[in-house]
Amino acid sequence: MSALEPVIGLEVHAELLTRSKIFCACTAEFGGPPNTNVCPVCTGMPGVLPVLNRRVVEFAIRAGLATHCAIAPSSRFARKNYFYPDLPKGYQISMYEAPICTGGWLDVLLDGGTKRIGLTRIHMEEDTGKNIHDAHGDASLVDFNRSSVPLLEIVSEPDMRTVAEAGAYLRMLRSILMYLEICDGNMEEGSFRCDANVSVRPVGQAAFGTKVEIKNMNSFRAVEKAITFEIARQTDALAAGERIVQETRLWDADREETRSMRKKEYADDYRYFPEPDLLPLVVEPAWVADVRATMPELPSARRDRFTRDHGLSPYDADVLTQRKDVADYFEAGVAAGAAPKEMANWVMTELLRMVREDKLDRALVIREWPLTAEQLAGLARLVQAGTINRNTAKSLIPRLRGTSRTPDELVAAEGLAQVSDRGAIERAVADVIARHPTQAAEFRAGKDRVVGFLVGQVMKATGGKANPQLVQELLRAALTG
Amino acid sequence: MSALHDLSLREAAARVRRREISATELARDAFARIAAVDGRVGAFLTLDEAGALATAAAVDRRVAAGEDPGPLGGVPIGVKDIICTAGLRTTAGSRILERFVPSYDATVTARLRRAGAVIVGKLNCDEFAMGSSTENSALGTTRNPWDGARVPGGSSGGSGAAVAARECHAALGTDTGGSVRLPAAFCGVAGMKPTYGRVSRYGVIAYASSLDQVGPIAREVADVAVVLEAIAGHDLADSTASPRPVPSYAAALEGSVRGLRLGLPREYFVEGMQPDVERGVRAAVAELERLGAAVEPVSLPHTEYAIATYYLIATAEASSNLARYDGIRYGLREPRPALTEMYEATRAAGFGAEVKRRIMLGTYALSAGYYDAYYLKAQQVRTLIRRDFQLALARCDALVTPVAPTTAFRLGEKTADPLTMYLSDIFTISVNLAGLPALALPCGFDGAGLPIGLQVIGRPFDEATVLRIGHAYEQATAWHRKGAPL
Repeated sequence: MSALEPVIGLEVHAELLTRSKIFCACTAEFGGPPNTNVCPVCTGMPGVLPVLNRRVVEFAIRAGLATHCAIAPSSRFARKNYFYPDLPKGYQISMYEAPICTGGWLDVLLDGGTKRIGLTRIHMEEDTGKNIHDAHGDASLVDFNRSSVPLLEIVSEPDMRTVAEAGAYLRMLRSILMYLEICDGNMEEGSFRCDANVSVRPVGQAAFGTKVEIKNMNSFRAVEKAITFEIARQTDALAAGERIVQETRLWDADREETRSMRKKEYADDYRYFPEPDLLPLVVEPAWVADVRATMPELPSARRDRFTRDHGLSPYDADVLTQRKDVADYFEAGVAAGAAPKEMANWVMTELLRMVREDKLDRALVIREWPLTAEQLAGLARLVQAGTINRNTAKSLIPRLRGTSRTPDELVAAEGLAQVSDRGAIERAVADVIARHPTQAAEFRAGKDRVVGFLVGQVMKATGGKANPQLVQELLRAALTG
Repeated sequence: MSALHDLSLREAAARVRRREISATELARDAFARIAAVDGRVGAFLTLDEAGALATAAAVDRRVAAGEDPGPLGGVPIGVKDIICTAGLRTTAGSRILERFVPSYDATVTARLRRAGAVIVGKLNCDEFAMGSSTENSALGTTRNPWDGARVPGGSSGGSGAAVAARECHAALGTDTGGSVRLPAAFCGVAGMKPTYGRVSRYGVIAYASSLDQVGPIAREVADVAVVLEAIAGHDLADSTASPRPVPSYAAALEGSVRGLRLGLPREYFVEGMQPDVERGVRAAVAELERLGAAVEPVSLPHTEYAIATYYLIATAEASSNLARYDGIRYGLREPRPALTEMYEATRAAGFGAEVKRRIMLGTYALSAGYYDAYYLKAQQVRTLIRRDFQLALARCDALVTPVAPTTAFRLGEKTADPLTMYLSDIFTISVNLAGLPALALPCGFDGAGLPIGLQVIGRPFDEATVLRIGHAYEQATAWHRKGAPL
């Protein structure tokens, strides 16, 4: 059997951060006691009608522009008909034949460069309510707080061939939606959900294999594991001479496998037709232009600019631009006088570690940082200038956190500036060489590594304040002189 | 006739405003009339005497304080039971909503209240407005006030019958394929279906969303104009409601019809029509000519496809609109241990035969593999029908036709054959497909003494001209003054 290649397409549902729901004035906020953010419209009472929230359209245009889609001058909502207790009207208002955005793409960064992934379409729709089982004996309850919260459905082309590409696409898409401040990107809470279509085919074959849709993945890791599992399952099945069945499978995170979904009791015919309660949606070019004027610089553009203007590696630039707030922080530090490379190191190591530890990255925009960009830039500058060494700088971080003190003040007040007095260091060097004749001899015999030990001894003797570069320089001079 | 309930709506409102009578007296008289005759008519499903008397008292206090009680101040009005009234049961004539009490008013209900109307109760109709005789109501039989053995027309049969029986001065109905005009014609009163989008549909229980429109029924065209003016206009809660300003329909009545060009569509005078109806309508056309209108023949060539087109589009929309009656949140529930069984049992018990028939038709028309052949094709034919009217109304100011091919038929006469029943709407249905305004008004009686209805169809949003034609005709004739013999 010839080698097989996977074909992957992703469907993302992004819950939008509008204040109100898509077709009524109820708050779209997450949480709240069950059935408190509801009204006759979002609970499907007799006679009620939907009225489109224009802000949702604006968010859809933003997403479309950010992903290089065409924005349709006229698009149309449609009804998707099916029965389920969490669907109050018996149909979901979505878009079908005439979505608002079509034909876009994203360039994602991979180890071997970038790859362009096509976007088929983006459309607006309403979310459903939530069924709550097992809370009240035999009865199931329904909470309609989430009913009619706006969603964007973003459908990729089947352009991905590896799990890594799928992961990179998904991260890039999430990053863009967060940059646009239209979705909080929270996969655990379900505000950024992903379904995957996976098939395999012999390398070189143009036609696609039979695809399987995988649902129920609530983290990036789950998406990656589920796709990996599914590729292996399909590959094994084909190797065993079986046929792949077109079906929907659910990811079981505990067993780490996909399982065929129980057969639905109704046929999968949604009887889509144009929603007669809403007029065709007309988007004038002026509206698109207005939205375009408010677009922030997007992650890929910023990544390219960081490599070009700040001389960062593509990897560093990518890490720093995944979140807009982090990228802003980095640039604020550079503006405060830190060298870009130095600032990048401090952000990527120290800052992002604290952000992760404190789970600050759950917020759409981090507003309270452990350390201000100016404080971190101050540390970077002191290290660059040789005033303090890196370890001293790190040790200052806990003492700067949550204060308005500057690193300069702290260093001055506590006499932490490095000893760069040649005489003092020369005396310490001579003393260390005298006390460690063995290591001194080894160095002289060509074992260069041992210099690290001797530098450490000098640093210890000077209370950690000696300038490490100067120590090294004077040590080498004394040992070879 | 000197009883309060015999007064026209305008006269009743004027007397309240002049403090010659109180709104409370008017309301008491209306309930006395209802008590006296509704046992024979069966127009009302729900009465709200306490609410009506409280509203009337409030109107009286405003009048006493020197405030304007509004254009409908103190006037008893009935509302079709498919239009939501906050705190007052709204059933759509269906078992599935038999005990449903909305928490909100439809926009038209709120506008009636704002105009000072006293809502006396809710009027019977075909279940979910699906029918032409009101016999599809699950909750009661309504009889024609001219002949208790005959139907009042439908689906707004309660509205037509209540006005004809002088149980209220006006009523609201809804018209999806003729449901205001047919009962107006069968009951010998005036009723208007406004242009699609002229009146808000918010709070009106949907049958077919792209066709439904609320319209007033009253004993005189001028009263229809007053009520229409009160309920029409833009509504932020209905995206399909037009933002065009509402003209004064009462003021528009005053002009003459001299010089107006009226079209007589040849497809609307067909074989099989009751001869008395054709005679009555042709006489009315002659009267309009005598009043100075120019009449010319026109053609609406796609008329023969209207019923088929309507029964694809309306049922498709209905199949989706009625999905919400699932036993989960409100209305009837037939408890069963499993969800699907509960859905099936609830809908089987809650919907009547005609509703089920239309849900099945519509579901079929939208199904994968049939959508293009049925729903999409019907939309294309709808465009052709609309174009027929555009061409005819480019030459003519209005079209004049019969409302229905017959006068009121007997209860039970057509219930066994849905297709025969559907043909009652043959002259009204195209107007809904084209979204145009149309007025029904009395133009004579057949040999059995049953009213014949004349239909005047206008250009989009030109209710004013339609009402002017109807009013001029009414002023020149006496048909509307002959009350139903109750």
